Order: sequence, then structure tokens, then C-alpha cells
Amino acid sequence: MSRRSFLKITSLTIGISVTPFGYSLLNAAEKKDLAAFGPSVWYQVTSDNKVTIHIGQSEMGQGVLTSQSMIIADELEADWKKIQIKQGEALEGFKSPLFKAQVTVASQSMRGFYEPLRKAGAAGKAMLVKAAAETWKVPENECKAELGTVKHEKSGRSLTYGQLCEKAAKLELPQNPPLKKEEEFRYMGKPMPRVDVPEKVRGKAIYGLDINDGNVKELKGMLYAVIAKPPAYGAKPVSFAQAAAEKIKGVVKVLQIPMGIAVCATSTEAALKGRDALKVQWDKGKIPDMDDQYVEKTLLGDLDKPGPKVHEVGDVKKALAEVPKKLDATYYVPIVAHATMEPMNCTAWVQKDRCDVWASTQAQTGDHELATKISGLPPEKVFIHTTFLGCGLGRRTRPDRVPEAVTISKALEKPVKVMWTREDDLKYDWFRAPIAHRIQGGVDAQGQLIAWSHKGSSISITKSVNPAAELKGGIDWYNMWGLWMGPTEPLQWNTKIQYEIPNFYIEFNLSDLPIPVCPWRSVVVAQHAFAIESFMDELAHAAGKDPLEFRLQSLKNNKRASRVLETVAGMAGWGKPTPQGQGRGIAQAACFGSWVAHVADLSVDKSTGKIKVHKVYVAVDCGPVINPGPVVEQMESGTIMGLSTVLKEQVRFAKGGVATSNFDDYRIIRMSEVPEIEVQIVKSTDKIGGIGEPGVPPLAPAVANAVFNATGARIRRIPMTPEVVLAAMKTT
Amino acid sequence: MISLNVNGKSYKVDVSEDVPLLWVLRDHLKLTGTKYSCGIGECGSCTVHINGKAARSCTIPVGDVKGKKITTIEGLPESHPVKRAWIEEQVVQCGYCQPGVMMQVAALLSENRSPNPEKIIGAMDDVICRCGTYPRIKKGIRKAVQLTRKEGK
Repeated sequence: MSRRSFLKITSLTIGISVTPFGYSLLNAAEKKDLAAFGPSVWYQVTSDNKVTIHIGQSEMGQGVLTSQSMIIADELEADWKKIQIKQGEALEGFKSPLFKAQVTVASQSMRGFYEPLRKAGAAGKAMLVKAAAETWKVPENECKAELGTVKHEKSGRSLTYGQLCEKAAKLELPQNPPLKKEEEFRYMGKPMPRVDVPEKVRGKAIYGLDINDGNVKELKGMLYAVIAKPPAYGAKPVSFAQAAAEKIKGVVKVLQIPMGIAVCATSTEAALKGRDALKVQWDKGKIPDMDDQYVEKTLLGDLDKPGPKVHEVGDVKKALAEVPKKLDATYYVPIVAHATMEPMNCTAWVQKDRCDVWASTQAQTGDHELATKISGLPPEKVFIHTTFLGCGLGRRTRPDRVPEAVTISKALEKPVKVMWTREDDLKYDWFRAPIAHRIQGGVDAQGQLIAWSHKGSSISITKSVNPAAELKGGIDWYNMWGLWMGPTEPLQWNTKIQYEIPNFYIEFNLSDLPIPVCPWRSVVVAQHAFAIESFMDELAHAAGKDPLEFRLQSLKNNKRASRVLETVAGMAGWGKPTPQGQGRGIAQAACFGSWVAHVADLSVDKSTGKIKVHKVYVAVDCGPVINPGPVVEQMESGTIMGLSTVLKEQVRFAKGGVATSNFDDYRIIRMSEVPEIEVQIVKSTDKIGGIGEPGVPPLAPAVANAVFNATGARIRRIPMTPEVVLAAMKTT
Repeated sequence: MISLNVNGKSYKVDVSEDVPLLWVLRDHLKLTGTKYSCGIGECGSCTVHINGKAARSCTIPVGDVKGKKITTIEGLPESHPVKRAWIEEQVVQCGYCQPGVMMQVAALLSENRSPNPEKIIGAMDDVICRCGTYPRIKKGIRKAVQLTRKEGK
């Protein structure tokens, strides 16, 4: 962290304490008549010997409240038992050093904050030690901090952090406080139970949708709103029965806003009934005949059109013309939905002198900007209160439900909760970007990969937010992650193809489809990994090589990718025969500073085409581990979500809009289809990486490769439903 | 006015009989532990107990449960083996579906103190967890069975 940003953070100082949902920014120290010491935005030590930590990153099950607090507490040498951890407010000081915004994205809570959090904790400890040394008039190096107390061994004296906090608060903040050595870590690297678990188990955890006048008293008189939106992209309302809706008991107001027609009522059920009564007639929208085939045809068709060059080394044309063996294959990864269990929602209250927003959000800075713009209030009068997130997956970064709630609340001058039903949530998702790939590759006489020509097509993530955005060179780098990285993206993210290929060419088109897309747990890395790692398998077989060996020979200078592959191979007993009828596949991918490899063992029912995955092995290298439990949890979770996309998930389109409506026609993996999963964390002292997303990408191709191994059928698309598998087996 | 018995307490609510129990619990009684996710009984996030049996509160009209004993996650005792097991095994991730999942498990275990794997999958395939905590749910169930056995309940 630069000196300047560290100072900026510290200048925010102390006194931020929140009521459960942060309605008011009060100073707890003042309130309780306590002295407080808060050298950073993240924590304050109070004279009652307590440490209150505020975490700006959003908790969505990845354990960030715990892991970030462990880093602070460790360097601060605080006693974990005396720490209170809270979800922080939206604050300048919580902005990510990587993104310059308060966002919980790109698996960056550790890789973005590891050093700043350590420094923040260490600075506090140094100041408390100095305060003690000055009190006793002894040299600082004779004093030692231990679990919330500073001790002077020589004289046997000690003072608690609480006793020292008033004095420490007056000291100058050290810019380069000494950090602990790894062997001195008290919490980091050791298993710590997640602090969010007990209240979630008790049913007391408050998610966005749970906000009401029971848990935020100030919301008395809150209205519930649902919004009727177009069934087809770009459709406009032709007519709607406003009076009929307003006749429903409990409906207060029907309001046309830019996002649709909002029905506001005194209860959820009245709002829903009111919306049904609206009976909106819509026009046909932008592309009335858009259906599944239209979407697929467009993306596959764009593979035949010339597109902007993304990357080039060597001479791929020449190499492909000369190689003894070459392959040409097309892959298709369709659109899937985020389908977070908590549907989209937001509560807002725009008053004359302030605007409050309660949201299960991954993007506080963006939400703050939107709420400021719409409310018309000065930025310092706009407050974003982050609740627990009923899963994020990238979906809760999008600028939709916050503007809706703020718009309606401002118009009605009342607190309003906007709720999306499951149907709304699926139909108006910003989906995972689909990607079509055509790859031509070649191996030389020794079976070494030497040529790779990659043509892709997708829907632009950037243009989904801002259709007018100008993409330099026609490339949306957002859509490239996992294949190649933009010139401005930090190299250590390493979110690109891992293999060394001497002749390598990438061209990528953006398709003209009105379907909005956004990051979906690994952004687009999983969609690229499916094609890359399936094709690597095809090339290995063409070269007559073992798929593991074939990969390793193109990873000679890539220690971390090789290591996860070798580790997972060891775990699975790669090379030994699989049980009769079973197939085994391997794949690897890297993103957000972490490396993951999967081996999947499965069998395929030859009569029905149903895939049964028996066991998945996962090896991960994410650099230093803060809390091992959540690393394993995230690998399991990513594996299962990846498996859900391979086996089941696809959003359907018809009549110019989304045809999928609820969990009865959008199938998500359930317990009976989940295999045993074994995770191994590779010991690593390299740079710290992310864990939320990297567990997803290699799973799909590992399964595809295992299906090939089991059946001889190469399936180049997901989901591999029984029908798809059966059809592929018939043509093999 | 409809009279309800929720978590051992009596409530009177002014709603029509066709309103799903879920909204009555969440909006009127402010018991937000019971979650909305699909509204069609597909996912199980809204599971509560009606007279001890697991039921989907999103599809039950409140008029159907008058005089019945309704238990929500808030009414499941803190000492309940399922709650303790869920904390010990760190089952939850985002946690949104888990109140429903736990109510489903509690009902399963009250009928069958030591369900075999088939019985577990039979009961639990009814629920969706987007975080994919399924292996942990299995572990949690095993732990809850152990806790119950140990305490001879």
C-alpha cells in the first residue's frame, strides 16, 4: 500500500459504530463513555479492552468477515475472544486497492487486502507498545504485546490495550510498522470457526430481503414493491390496468418508472396481487423471434466472421500448415443464470436530508453513486448499509435493484422495499456470458503442442452495462479472462491460458444480442477453461500422449500450474486403471492469482446417457492460507457449482425474451448428484491468491474429458444432459 | 383476524386466508428466519414445521394452519442437535437456504433417529443450496445423529 493511501485510510479514524444495520453513524465510544483508539478504518480499541472490527468486504459465505479480521487481530496481537466483528458501512477507506472501489469481486479480499490489513493491525500494535513504553519510561524494545496486553518483563509491569488506548490515540501513526514473521502468526494459517455461522444457524442473520420495520425501527410505514417488467428485451408497455391494481386491498400506488411498472403496497402479498391485476400488454420488443436457436446461431455464426486480434505470437498459419497432426473443434458454452438463493431486492428511504439504502450488495461504491445521482442529495448524505448476501456470484454488482428502490422511495417519500420474485430474478438476470469457440491446434512429430489458433464469440460484459461504451480495438477484455489478459491488467492475476505455445493467435468477436451478461463466479474463466482444457485433451490423444504428461510438457516454466496438476494426479492415482466402466478426466485452470486442478471419476449409463460422477479430486495453490476451512469450503462449493453447469443448467429463450421461469424449469444440482470431493491445499509461499472463484473453471472440462474416457464420445458443449450424452454416444 | 400458534406463542393477524404462510411469518410477525426463494415449493428455503412435520410455507395458505402448531427456525431450540451440529461442522456458507434445510433435517431426525444414506438423500434432495453445501449437510446430519445418541434423547 502506498504511503498516501495508508494515510487516507487513517484519516478516517475512529468513531464508526453501527447499529445492527448501520442506520446511524454513531460514535459508540461517545455513547458508552469509553475512550477509543482507532488507527485505521477497520478497527477500534476501546477502554473496556474490546476490539471492534469493521469489514468493508461483503460476506456472502466465503468467510471474509473472519479471514480479514484474523489478519488484523494477528498483527494487532489482539485477543480473539474480545473481538467484535461487524459488516462495515460504505466508506472511502474500504475501497479496494486493486479496483479503487468498495467491491467484493474477482476473489480479491485476500490478494487485495492482505498487506493493508496486516499493516493496519501492526500499526496499532506498535502505537500501543509505544504508549506503554512512554508510560513506563522504558525502551520500546523491552516491551512486548501479547493478546491485548503490553508487558514489560524486566519490571513485571503490564497494561491492557484498553488502559493504553487513550494515550496511543495521541501518537503518530507509523508508516512502516514491523510485520510479524510467519512463525509468529497467532491466527493466520490456523483453522478459525467462521464468525457469521452462529447467527445464520439461529435464523437471526439479516439478509437484504429481511430488512423491515421490525429490525430497522426507522422504517415504520415501509411499503413493499414489485415491478412488472417486459417479457421481451426492449418491449414497451402498450396498456395496463392501473385502476384494477390500485383496487386490490393494500395496494397504495402504481407507478411507472424507467425500469417498469411498480406496484407499491402495504404487504408483499398485496404488491404481488396488484401486479397480477395490472395485466400489462407489451409490444413485441427488439427481436421478437429470438429463441435458443437464434442465440446459438448468432454466436456460432460469429465464429465465421473476421474479428479483432487479441493476441499473436509466432506464425500460427505457417505452423498449422506444417504440423504432422492438427485438430479443429468447435465448443459451445450456453447462457446460465446466477440464481442466488436470495432473489434480488433492495430497501431504500429517501428523505429530505438523507438517503439510506439497505442492500445485499457486492458493489457499495457503485450503489452509492447511483443512489446519490437518483436521490439528488449530496454524496455525504447517502448511506449504503450492507446486509448479509444470500450468495453473490457476481450478480450483486449490477446497477439495477438499488436504482429501483431509490427511485420509488423518492417518488413516494416513503421507505420502500423492492422485491424480485424468483421469476423476476431468473428473467432479468445479467447472465453468465455465453462463449462459442473454434480452435485449431497442432502438435509436432514429438507430440509437443506448437500451434493454437483460437476464435471466440461472446456477448460483451462492458456493453451490457453501458451500450455506448467504446471498446478499444473492439475488444472487451472482461470477456477474455481465462484466455488472455488485457494490457492494463496486473500480471499477477494470471487470469489467462497457462500453456506456453510458440505459435498462438486469438481473435474474438462480440455478438449483437440484447441479452445482458455479467461476471458469474470466475467471470468468463470457466467458459474459456471448458474449451481450452477439452481441446488440450483432444490434442493429447491426437499426439498419442497421456493427458497429464501432454499438459506438463507445455508447462515447463509454470511451476504453480504443474504443481497443482501433479498433486491432483497423485491424489487420484492418475495412471492406474479406473474401475470397470468408469472414466477419468483431468483439467487445470488459473485465475485471480490461484491455481486449481481437478480430476473427475465418473460413469455413464449407456442406455440413458446419464452421467454419475463418483469422485472429484481438487488441488489448489492459493499462496499463503489465512483460514484453511473456507479454502476447502470454496473448492467444494466451486466444484459443485461447476458440476451443476456441466450436468444441468441452461437458460431458455423464446419470443425475444427469457423463457426460463423458476426452479422447476431451471434445474440446479441437488444432493443426490453430488460426488465425494477431496481437496488438498498445496503448501505455497508464493503471492496470496483468491479462493472464491478459482474452484469452478477446471471442473467442467475434467468431466468432459472423463466422459470421453468412459465412452469415447467427445462432447463439446454443456450442459451434458442425458439426451446430449446419448446423442453423442450414438454418433461415436 | 386469524389466530396462529407460532413457536409456542399466540398471534392474531389481520390477513385474508389465502395469503401464503411465508409472508405472514416474515412480514407480519417479523420472523425473517424463514426465507423466500422460489415461491412454488421447489427449493425448501421456506421450510417450517406444521405439527412437527416439514412443510413449505410459501405454498400453504395461512387459513390452512389455524390452530396448528407452527415452528420456525427461531423456534427450534438453540440446544437442538441440528443447530449445534451445523455450527460444529461449519455447514453454512451464504446461509440463506439453511434455515429451511435445518428444519427439513430436524423433521427427518424426529421421524428417524438414524437415517441411512438413502433416507437422507430421499429427504434432502427436496432442497436446493446454491453454495453447494451438500457434503457439509451430510456431515451435519451425521453429527446431529451422534449428538442425539450421545445424550440419549
